[in-house]
Amino acid sequence: MNALRQSSPLAVTGKYLALAFYVAFALFPLYWLAKIAVTPDKLIFSEGTALIPSRFTFENFQTVLLQTDFLAYFRNSLIVSIGTAAITTVIAAAAGYAFSRFDFRGKRLIIALMLITQMFPLLMIIAPIYKIVATLGLLNSLTSLIIVYTAFNIPFATFLMQSFFDGIPKDLEDAGMIDGCTRFEALRKIVLPLTLPGLGATLGFIFTAAWSELLFALMLINSNDAMTFPVGLLTFVSKFSVDWGQMMAAGVLALVPSCLFFIFIQRYLVQGLTTGAVKG
Amino acid sequence: MAGIELNNIAKSYGSVEVLRDINLTIEDGEFIVLVGPSGCGKSTLLRMIAGLEPITGGEFHVDGRRMNEVPPRDRDMAMVFQSYALYPHMDVSRNMGFSLEIRKAQKEERSRKVGDAARTLGLTSLTERLPRALSGGQRQRVAMGRAIVRDPSAFLFDEPLSNLDAALRVEMRLEIARLHQRLNATMIYVTHDQVEALTLADRIVVLNAGDIQQVGTPLDLYERPSNKFVAQFIGSPTMNILGVDQTDHGVKLKDGTILDVGSRGEQKRAHELGVRPEHLDVVPEEAAHMKGVAELVEHLGSDTNIHASVPGVGPVLVRQHGHFPLKTGDAVNIAVDLEKAHLFGPDGARLAA
Repeated sequence: MNALRQSSPLAVTGKYLALAFYVAFALFPLYWLAKIAVTPDKLIFSEGTALIPSRFTFENFQTVLLQTDFLAYFRNSLIVSIGTAAITTVIAAAAGYAFSRFDFRGKRLIIALMLITQMFPLLMIIAPIYKIVATLGLLNSLTSLIIVYTAFNIPFATFLMQSFFDGIPKDLEDAGMIDGCTRFEALRKIVLPLTLPGLGATLGFIFTAAWSELLFALMLINSNDAMTFPVGLLTFVSKFSVDWGQMMAAGVLALVPSCLFFIFIQRYLVQGLTTGAVKG
Repeated sequence: MAGIELNNIAKSYGSVEVLRDINLTIEDGEFIVLVGPSGCGKSTLLRMIAGLEPITGGEFHVDGRRMNEVPPRDRDMAMVFQSYALYPHMDVSRNMGFSLEIRKAQKEERSRKVGDAARTLGLTSLTERLPRALSGGQRQRVAMGRAIVRDPSAFLFDEPLSNLDAALRVEMRLEIARLHQRLNATMIYVTHDQVEALTLADRIVVLNAGDIQQVGTPLDLYERPSNKFVAQFIGSPTMNILGVDQTDHGVKLKDGTILDVGSRGEQKRAHELGVRPEHLDVVPEEAAHMKGVAELVEHLGSDTNIHASVPGVGPVLVRQHGHFPLKTGDAVNIAVDLEKAHLFGPDGARLAA
C-alpha cells in the first residue's frame, strides 16, 4: 500500500490502464462467444463485427438444450472430468506426500521417469494408446478416457502436490506425533487441513484439463452416446454449414462448470493458511 | 518420575557419523542443557530422545525401560520446537489441548487443564486467536503451554528462544527457569547460547562434532574446563589462549616472559596458556607480565573490555570491572592471575592443577 501511495498519480493511472487493457484483451474472445450466442442467426453475418447486436435472442440456448445431444455430452464430460480430477488428485496427493517426506530407494528414478513421460508429444503416443485401449475393449467408453487422462495428469499433479506438502513445515507433524498422533493421524488432522488449498488447486487444474481435452476424446470415442463435450461441439459443424449461434451457445454453457468449480475452490486457494505455524 | 539413561548412543546417516558413544544419566527433575556449536549433533540427540529420529546404536532407557523403538506418542515427553510448530488451523486453546483431544480426554478436563496453563502463561485473553494473530513471544508461550498441559515425564526444548529478540529472550528464559522450579520436572534443553546454558542448567553437556566434551555444573565448566574447546566455548568474552613453551621455572610466553604457574601434574607438556579476560588486570608497569597497546576499548558501563595487542604474544582481551579510563592507543600493562590460569597440552586437554 505504501508503494502505491508514494508513486505519482500518473504512474498509478498508467498501471491501471495497462491492467485494464490486459483484462479486455484476455476476456474479448469470451465476450465474442457470448455475443454470438445471443445474436439471432440472421444477424450474425449481416451485422458483421458490430460490438453489440441490435436484437437479442435465447433461441440458440433453447435449441442446444432441447433439440441436440448437448446434455448427454455435458453429462459425459462431467463424469470424465470429475472422475479424472478425483482419481488423479488422490494418487498425486499420496505420491506427492511420499516424495516430500520420505527418502526411499528409487525415489530419484521414479521422479525422472515421471518427468520423461512429460517429454513426448501426445501425437507420438496416440497410436499405441489407441491400440492398448482397443485391445482392452474399452473403445467408446468413458472409462478409457478417465484412465488415459489420469495417467497423463498424474506426473504434473504429483509435482504440484509435492510442492504444497513441501510448504508445510515438518515440525508440525513432529509436534503432532509427540502430542500423541500416529503418523497417519498427524497427516489427517494436521497436514490434510493445511493442504486443502493445494488439493483444491490440483482438482481445479485437472478438472479443466480433462474438461477441454479433445485429441484423445476424438480418437477413442466414436459413438454419440459416449462423446464428451469438445467432441460434441464438432457435431455443430456439418458438411455444408456451421451452426455458429448454437455452437457458441453450447460453448457458453460449457464454461459454466469450470466457472462454478473455480468459484467453489477459490476460498481454498487463498494463500497464507500456514502463516503463524512457524516463525516466518 | 523420569530417570533418563543414554548408553553408548550413536547416530549415523549412512556412512556419516553424527553422534558417537554418548553416555549420559539424567536424574529425575534435573535441568540438563545440551550446548555446542552448530552441527555438533545436539538437536539430533534431542530428537532421538523424543523419538523423532531413529537411534542407530546404543541403548536408551527411561526409568529402566528400553525406549529405542517406542514411538514418540508413547514416550510421554513434550517438546517445544525452535519454530514453535503451532497448528495454524487451530486456535490457541485447541493448540494447547490437542494432546488431550488425541487422547480422548473429557471436555471438562481439557478445558480445565488448558485454562490452568493459559493462566500460568498469561494467555487467558488470547485463547480464541489463531497462531497467525499472535506475536513471536505469544507463540512461544503457546508452545510452552502445549507442553505444560501434557504434564509429561520430561520436557524437551529445542532452541526455544533463538527466534525471539534479545529483551524477550531474557524474559522467556526467566519464565522457563520459573517453570522448572514450579513443576520440578525433568527438562532437556538444547541451545547454542552459552548464557542460556549457564543460567538455566543444573548440569551442562558440552557437545562438539558428535562427542561429549564435558558434563558438569555451570561452575564446573567455567572453573575446570576439561579441554580447550570447553574453555573457549563457556564464558563470555572468550578465554584468551596464548602459546607457551615449557621451562623449568614455569611457562614461557612467546615474547620470553616466564610465568610461574606453580607445579602442575604433567606440566612438561604445557603448550598453551588459557586465561579468561576477567582474570587479567591492568596494573602499574613494574607489576606487569605483559606490556601492550590498547587497540580497541569497549565501554559497556558495568565493564570495560580492552582489546590489547602485546608484541610477540598477540592479541589479548582484558576485562576490567566498571568504567576504566583508557583510550585507544594507550599503553596497557597486564598482569595475569596465575591462580586462575589454565594450561593445555598439545592435544588441547587441560593439565590438572
